[in-house]
Amino acid sequence: MQAGVTEGRSIEQLDTLWRYEIPEGVLLDFRLAGPVVRACAWAIDAALRGVIYLVLVMVLALLGGIGTALMLIGFFLIEWFYPVVFEIHNGATPGKRAMGILVIQDNGVPVTPSASVIRNLLRTADFLPFLYATGLVTMLINREFKRLGDLAAGTLVVYRDEQHERIDPPSAIASKPPIELSETEQLTLLAFAERGENLSVGRREELAELLVEQTGLQDGKAVDALYAYANWILKGR
Amino acid sequence: MRQQQFEAENQALWDEIAQLMDDLQRSRSKRRLHHAQHLGFPARYRQLCNHYALARSRGFSPALIDQLHGLVLRGHRLLYRQQGGWRWRVLYFILGGFPRAVRRNGGYFELSLLFFLLPALLMGVGCYLQEDLIYTVMDEYMVAQMETSYDPTNERPGRSIERSSETDFTMFGYYILNNIGIGFRTFATGILLGVGTLFILLFNGLVIGGVAGHLSQLGYHETFWPFVSGHGAFELTAIVICGAAGLLLGYAVIAPGQRTRVQALREHAEESLQLVMGAALMLLAAAFIEAFWSSSTLQPTIKYSVATLLWLGMALYLMLMGRGDHGSR
Repeated sequence: MQAGVTEGRSIEQLDTLWRYEIPEGVLLDFRLAGPVVRACAWAIDAALRGVIYLVLVMVLALLGGIGTALMLIGFFLIEWFYPVVFEIHNGATPGKRAMGILVIQDNGVPVTPSASVIRNLLRTADFLPFLYATGLVTMLINREFKRLGDLAAGTLVVYRDEQHERIDPPSAIASKPPIELSETEQLTLLAFAERGENLSVGRREELAELLVEQTGLQDGKAVDALYAYANWILKGR
Repeated sequence: MRQQQFEAENQALWDEIAQLMDDLQRSRSKRRLHHAQHLGFPARYRQLCNHYALARSRGFSPALIDQLHGLVLRGHRLLYRQQGGWRWRVLYFILGGFPRAVRRNGGYFELSLLFFLLPALLMGVGCYLQEDLIYTVMDEYMVAQMETSYDPTNERPGRSIERSSETDFTMFGYYILNNIGIGFRTFATGILLGVGTLFILLFNGLVIGGVAGHLSQLGYHETFWPFVSGHGAFELTAIVICGAAGLLLGYAVIAPGQRTRVQALREHAEESLQLVMGAALMLLAAAFIEAFWSSSTLQPTIKYSVATLLWLGMALYLMLMGRGDHGSR
């Protein structure tokens, strides 16, 4: 599966973006989940497991011998396979889902059943000597925040990228920017136009006024001018 | 081409792909589109990748790139996911894949066996000759409990007084929780350079050997050996196989060969998972035998003959099953 495909790399040293080139030759970006958010997810799962244990004990204690047997088998399944069931189903345990993260293979596809079993059996080793100390140290010494189980299974924990509703930049009469803009500058203008409506009016104007030397405008007029330039970049005259 | 024009020209295709992917994510019976339309997905997906690359290289707006990235990501996951057919895979695994995996890793199996059997034999002989040697590996409470479990006057052999009222079902659950858990731990701690695995093998060898030697020395053969001989075929073999799986993991970290450690670990993990899953199934069978057969109070001769059959069957299964399919060994 890996042959011929560029290994993913974290781009830029202080960024947790994980970039992976897929067979179609384009790059996919993933945001890696660090130890803190994963610990929170684990805590939520631990609480949920506690509740399930309690319910099991209360319900099955009424059934006598077979009830006890089912309870013990339930304990076994929850201890070892609780995360596996959820990860195979939709990539995330309830805790991970609540924290907005999920498990994937390190080539971007959903986690496979065998990888999920490996990473969750190896929790035992990551947990040693107490509270995931081994796992934490391992996560901190590799670039992808992988604990031992992730290394052996070839899995990554990443943020679930939610598709935001696209806001079209406010349409304005297109006007050509007064100076020649580089590609990055054009992208910055477009980003401003697309996200400006999510900012407060004051912040929007403050940002637009950074260009007062070029536009010679202030307040709402500066904002409108930038929208006009963005429209020009998008549509042409 | 300006962004607006680009979007106007291709929006229809993107909508179509999004709709296709929605449909493909539904379960088979709930899909609304025709199968022929699904077949067009890979080609359209590659076109989408092309658009995404274009949008990126032409410096189109971040929101558009985000939107296309999201679509490509969904498509990638759908196209390359692994799914289905697991029931057959389980069956093939039991009938041939598992014994083949054990044979492929015969060296690890033998090493694991050595680390289990040698301490068991030494401790067994030691405890048989010397009464109080057992206290070096077990505390007094556990020894007392173990002695009452196999006392010939105990009506339920293999169960201490506290557990004598438990039903066979309860014990079945207990054996699953306890024994399969030990198997998994034996495997998982192998990633720590194999040290955890060796420790668990060694410790279990000492305790099991010690118990056998101690009870034989007390003269409890009649209760102990008929009880353990049957399920031992599955249980002891499975623990040794879990040990082999753990050693396989550890070896990848110690001596990865011509690969990076992470690569070696991944390959060995996939291989060792087969061993562990097979061993877990064996431990499940062992729990069943131990709870419902070993605890019965039939004649020792009957139990010994069944035990012989089980050991022989296990050996033949591991040595012979799955040979010859497409020249496999």
